[in-house]
Amino acid sequence: MQRGFTSGLNSSHLEAGETQLKVDNVRLNFGGVTALLDINLEVRQSEILAIIGPNGAGKTSLLNCISGLYNPQRGRIFYLNGNEHEITRMKPHQIARLGIARSFQNIELFRHMSVLDNLLSGAHVHMHSSLLSGLIYWGAAQREHIQFRRFVEDIIDLLEIEAIRNNTVGSLSYGLQKRVEMGRALAMRPSILLLDEPMAGMNSEEKEDMARFILDINEEHGVTIVLIEHDMGVVMDISDRIVVLNFGQKIGEGTPDEVRSNKQVVEAYLGEDKSAFPLKYGQSEGNNNNGKE
Amino acid sequence: MPETLPQFLKQHAEETPDKIAIRLRDYGIWQAVSWKEYYEHVKYFALGLIDLGLVPEETIAIIGDNRPEWIMAELAAQSVGAKSIGIYQDSVVKEMIYIFNHADVSFIVVEDQEQVDKILEMWDELKGIKKVIYYDPKGLRNYTEDFLLYFPVIQDLGRKYEQANSGWFEERLAQGRETDLAILSTTSGTTGDPKLAMLTHKSMISMGNNLMTVDPVEPDDEFVSFLPLAWIGEQMMCMSCGLQIGFTVNFPEEPETVQHDIREIGPQVMFSPPRIWENLVSQVQVKIEDSTWFKQKLYNWAMPVGYEMADLNFRKEKPSFRMKVKYFLADWLMFQEIKDLLGLRHLKRAYTGGAALGPDVFRFFHALGVNLKQIYGQTEINGIAVVHRDGDVKFQTVGTPIPETDIQIDESGEILMRSPAMMEGFYRNPEATTESLIDGWLHSGDAGYFDEDGHLIVIDRAKDVMTLHDGTKFSPQFIENKLKFSPYIKEAVVFGGDWPFVTAMINIEFPNVGKWAENNQIAYTTYTDLAQKPQVYKLVREHVEASNADLPPAARIQRFLLLHKELDADDAELTRTRKVRRKLVAQRYEDIISALYSHSPHVEVDQQITYQDGRTARIQTRLAIDTLETGE
Repeated sequence: MQRGFTSGLNSSHLEAGETQLKVDNVRLNFGGVTALLDINLEVRQSEILAIIGPNGAGKTSLLNCISGLYNPQRGRIFYLNGNEHEITRMKPHQIARLGIARSFQNIELFRHMSVLDNLLSGAHVHMHSSLLSGLIYWGAAQREHIQFRRFVEDIIDLLEIEAIRNNTVGSLSYGLQKRVEMGRALAMRPSILLLDEPMAGMNSEEKEDMARFILDINEEHGVTIVLIEHDMGVVMDISDRIVVLNFGQKIGEGTPDEVRSNKQVVEAYLGEDKSAFPLKYGQSEGNNNNGKE
Repeated sequence: MPETLPQFLKQHAEETPDKIAIRLRDYGIWQAVSWKEYYEHVKYFALGLIDLGLVPEETIAIIGDNRPEWIMAELAAQSVGAKSIGIYQDSVVKEMIYIFNHADVSFIVVEDQEQVDKILEMWDELKGIKKVIYYDPKGLRNYTEDFLLYFPVIQDLGRKYEQANSGWFEERLAQGRETDLAILSTTSGTTGDPKLAMLTHKSMISMGNNLMTVDPVEPDDEFVSFLPLAWIGEQMMCMSCGLQIGFTVNFPEEPETVQHDIREIGPQVMFSPPRIWENLVSQVQVKIEDSTWFKQKLYNWAMPVGYEMADLNFRKEKPSFRMKVKYFLADWLMFQEIKDLLGLRHLKRAYTGGAALGPDVFRFFHALGVNLKQIYGQTEINGIAVVHRDGDVKFQTVGTPIPETDIQIDESGEILMRSPAMMEGFYRNPEATTESLIDGWLHSGDAGYFDEDGHLIVIDRAKDVMTLHDGTKFSPQFIENKLKFSPYIKEAVVFGGDWPFVTAMINIEFPNVGKWAENNQIAYTTYTDLAQKPQVYKLVREHVEASNADLPPAARIQRFLLLHKELDADDAELTRTRKVRRKLVAQRYEDIISALYSHSPHVEVDQQITYQDGRTARIQTRLAIDTLETGE
């Protein structure tokens, strides 16, 4: 009895550690307000990169620039997957098709559709059969749909949402909706997954689950993960690297240890009180960090 | 004639190779495994274990949800002369270590990462473990321990072994004798370490055979396996009955999808402990309260009709034509629908066992037309010794002995049993064995008697039976079950034996009371908070009063309180099969109990609680105590 994925989640061809995404001198203004000021950033294949910073630091703006929702006034963004693609001015759906998927801070699901249909909608970026053959649901279209369903079931298994497969998304708890949203992003077979506060508003048990899922996706499938998160315990525990933003500027970058000991970061982000910076994620989550630090 | 369980498996694989033996809901679809495939899975897994050094004296421990791999591992052990032991997943670390070291466990088969992590944590304290085998690889990719192996890898080893030793397996399988040990089954000792009952193939087979003589099962029947396979009741249905008759065993996708999966399968036979049946009743009651005016009316008309019919059947009286028509309508309009929603529509027989089921729950299901019957037995006698016969159900009794089973009541009122299904003794525990098995009789520790129709009535655990202040003997469990019929009461512990009157500690049913509070616009934060709301006390009080009304005045509850936490197996307050450990609870809640017998309207609580991962926390709170009029 074999279990587990029959097809990979990750569509990237790069080796772990190679540069996958390059943000080059990006500047974003809203009228007179500078949201991002000359940001330089590299995302490497198969890492977990956390972006942290106080409210209004520009974290979500940066994700929005990468996923094509905002167009920066200056600077360029490159996506590397064998070839170099400039994605600075691309439309969001084009970027998604290249392999960059995301979830949102405020859940953006189809509330009146079932969990299954929401997930399938994520897989549909890769649909090849035409609208007409889809309507007739015969031949290639049917085969393709069955393939997608099988793939989506793997994601359901991964995220442990079997029991709510046929529930309407709107009827689910917040924590479960977050999980479904991540599932939909995964259904796009991304090579980079952008997560905007995946654990906001969750209780500690839900956070623990979510941290485990993120690690599973990263370790088992090699999917690169860029996440914004406020829970420092989680960030310190699961990230390979951390980028710190403050008032639209990058003020620090490095491993959790380096960031923890970066004076500028500690002052800017956490104020003078060093004790607010937990040294280690709580003991209870101890078995989540296998293979990490 | 096959002598061992795996020999039955081989027989089915030869006679009906393509018939479906196992169905597993995976990827949202029911996936079938034929008898031939089932046999091969078992064969190659067994050979893989042999290749890795399994010898017949050893034991394979299995921990996990109900999955095909679980029973395959068990049969693999048995087919090469070894035995298996099932361990409850929520067992605490200390219990697991005891079992691993005490039962000569050499291989541990686990489901997933969670269990692997648990084993790794206790690894230094374990002796003689050769390999740990998992069957759900999720999250385990980066584990480098060389003793960790994936289930199919063992089977690959088995295939290689087969090439070099063709025919060895069949030969070894045929050597199995009915006197070989099949499984060790843990029984929840009320104190200390678990005891491991030794059950032979003969015991397993005769038990299932005798049950099926009373209640025939068909090869085309469906069974859903959703209770812990470590429990003797599940072994009884899944292994003993399933392998002998060859019905299909269905495994749900996840514990959370059980209800849905049962409905999809529509099983013909079901065996569950009382809490499952109690839970179904609560669900129906709560859903009806939530439904439309019309449906409530209909329900309130149909249920009394159902009860009337059930009572006629209990008294073995013929219903009048008018009654038949009324019941037909009630059934057609209401009961069919309810049974369909609960997945009970195709049920020929349903059993309850493991603990006493309240008469109200019994009547409820018979009113719906579900043929629910009581089973009585113990792990030590392989789960079943006594059962209701079809058409001869009396809800205060547990029925009459199955064939080949002798039962007698000794002078002290204790139930003694004897049958071919009896255990050989407790594994490596001669003291406990001599306490239970005396002159070939199993001393059950239960008090009981036979009624005029030869039905056995079990009063309670002999040591739990209480003598009320007026001298009558009474079972606290009987009162507790009456209370638990309320959808708002999950658990109750009744005291009164050595005291002047009867009192109760009650656990509310959190989801149902929570919903009720929501509907009545009562704001609450936690379980503890909700349980202490005056409105909730009032709600529960009504149900306690209703249950009091059916009891003799001396047995009525005079004072009760709602506990700040649920009784939990992790705190050793319940056994793993969710029976209350009365003695421990009485010790642990000493302060509360003495407050129940004072005049104080409340009691201060300061208590240590244990979480499943072993962490502890402290609760400090104040609990109110409610006093009732009992007409004494």
